[in-house]
Amino acid sequence: MAVLGAAALELFGAFARKPAAAAAKDGAAPSFPTPSYNWTKHHWAFGVDANQCTACLACVEACKLENGVPQDPHHFRTWVERYTYLDGEAAPLVDSLADPGDIEASNSRFVEPYRFDQRYQEKKVETAFFVPKLCNHCERPPCVEVCPVGATYRTEDGVVLIDQDYCIGCRYCVQACPYGSRTFNEVYGVADKCTWCYHRITKGLKPACVEACCHGARVFGDLNDPESDISQFLRDNRVEVLKPELGTHPSVYYVGIDDDVR
Amino acid sequence: MLAFFHIPWFEASPFTGYVYPNETIIPWSGLIVVYPYITGLVAGAFIASSFYHVFGMRQFKPVARFALLTAFSFMVFVPVPLLFHLGHPERAFEAMVTPHWSSAFAAFSYAASFYVTVLMLEIWFAFRADVAAYAKSSGGLLRLFYGILSLGSDDVSERALDYDRRWARALAIIGIPSATLLHGYVGFVFGSLKSREWWSSDLMPIIFLLSAAVSGVALLIFLYIAASYLRKKRADEDCLSGLGEALWWFLIVVSAIEALEYVTMFYRSQEGITAIESLMMGPIAIGLLIQWGGAALALAILTWLVISRPRGTALIRALTLASLSVLLAVFAMRWNVIIGGQELSKTMRGVLTYYPPVLGRDGIVTLACILAAPFVFLTVLSWLFPPWEPAIEREARPARSHPVPALEPETILKTGTEP
Repeated sequence: MAVLGAAALELFGAFARKPAAAAAKDGAAPSFPTPSYNWTKHHWAFGVDANQCTACLACVEACKLENGVPQDPHHFRTWVERYTYLDGEAAPLVDSLADPGDIEASNSRFVEPYRFDQRYQEKKVETAFFVPKLCNHCERPPCVEVCPVGATYRTEDGVVLIDQDYCIGCRYCVQACPYGSRTFNEVYGVADKCTWCYHRITKGLKPACVEACCHGARVFGDLNDPESDISQFLRDNRVEVLKPELGTHPSVYYVGIDDDVR
Repeated sequence: MLAFFHIPWFEASPFTGYVYPNETIIPWSGLIVVYPYITGLVAGAFIASSFYHVFGMRQFKPVARFALLTAFSFMVFVPVPLLFHLGHPERAFEAMVTPHWSSAFAAFSYAASFYVTVLMLEIWFAFRADVAAYAKSSGGLLRLFYGILSLGSDDVSERALDYDRRWARALAIIGIPSATLLHGYVGFVFGSLKSREWWSSDLMPIIFLLSAAVSGVALLIFLYIAASYLRKKRADEDCLSGLGEALWWFLIVVSAIEALEYVTMFYRSQEGITAIESLMMGPIAIGLLIQWGGAALALAILTWLVISRPRGTALIRALTLASLSVLLAVFAMRWNVIIGGQELSKTMRGVLTYYPPVLGRDGIVTLACILAAPFVFLTVLSWLFPPWEPAIEREARPARSHPVPALEPETILKTGTEP
């Protein structure tokens, strides 16, 4: 009976309000979550310089704490991948924080803090690098396209968000994201993803991961501002995006990666 | 609060190679395997019912109304695995109230609702005269129940019966494209995702649709044989042979298309083929063995049946084995597509292995209960609305002549299903 009651209330609520995607299209949505913020004045973008990343993983921990992301090694809004080319091997060995060896190196199943293990210590490594990953906030996001209720949407300032009060928890968006950036929060029964810390950037702050990165591997800013960090990053570097062949037009630009990075 | 998060609400899947960390929790579990499986059974059973209702093939009359009840019994449970799957099932109506039209899934609830409406109306017209008769012959609550269902329409004159037949036929004609589109749509829901290499195929809707027809006809054969056994009646052998031949045709076409898809995939050998090989030799190897082995066994039996035309017990045994093989093979096919698609990493460089939980919302026990529920419902429906021959015929009405040969007494005698 309780479920039926909840369903009836939801049905009534659904008639009474619009999903965020529809509201955003009408331009009627309040500039969540900062009332004074005007999302038509900004165009946010993100840069990753893999040459600078040392895999200290402070970004991952900062993100988890800032956004209440489950602490286990299977739910991430942002993570770091390790690419290792052993001597004489053409293809890299890739591991990340869900790898059993890396979980073990972090001392427990529910890791804190995260660590990469030392598996290559005794091996001859030709080259290796780390690649921070996060939602690409695509201009043509497949996750937004597939949402059956329009709970996930792209804001005017270029950020892909989820209205978690509207999400039905079908996980179609999790399937559709080609970058593995979405996860499902089993506790709240809704999809979850990186928001570029929208609650922070709309107040003039940087995303938590950018704030925590002490090596300058993560760059964030407003493309409308020619003096912003990201505008400068794009001017100074030859950048690339992940899986350009899919036509998603990501807004996260990478430097220092190769063709093996997916 | 963090301690709360530490409760393991999920099971991470082991993997080899390079996978994204978030991929280690398979988002669509066995519930999403059961959903297209049940939808396929509905579409297939409905198509089988149309052999008689639309095309007037008398051979299939003994199962025509039973097929309608079967389609309805399974259709009622199509949303159940979806509702179990949703993180917020109480918000499910929002997909209908505020659909997001760019989503491949947005129109599914409308398509399904339309099909259910057509199916219910067709069943009503197909059973109206019976319901009116039961309303008169029953007592107590059943009398009230049948009385309400007849909607006050108790006219069983020749003119009224002819009217019922014409409406049922018209609805069946609408129902065929509806059922076909409904299941083709399910294939599109998966095939339209460019993120999943295993699903992203133009052939997906066609394979889903044809496998649906195969599984639905197989289900009908199995249920008809089982029902005849339970009713201690002899199953109509002409009808069974006809269904067996239809199953043979559908199975040949779907097997050929699937084989062509695999040949094309391996011939092209595009990037990621190594991961696909790992998937086929690893996590879904047993599933593929069941899928292909079941189809091959059924095809061999049905080919023998088409060549030798056995009768009696040999026919019944052959069709029972063939239909069960097909039902198992199609379930394995759904599993291999849906779970297999998620076991192949989006990086195309790694493979995961999903182990279904025994208990829980998407556990094996839940799946078994959802799969068993339509059979229970069908048993109740068949008791309330005996589909084997119209009650009005049992009252030995005089012979009639009308355009649709549905209710000719000589046809009943020929089918041998008279009580």
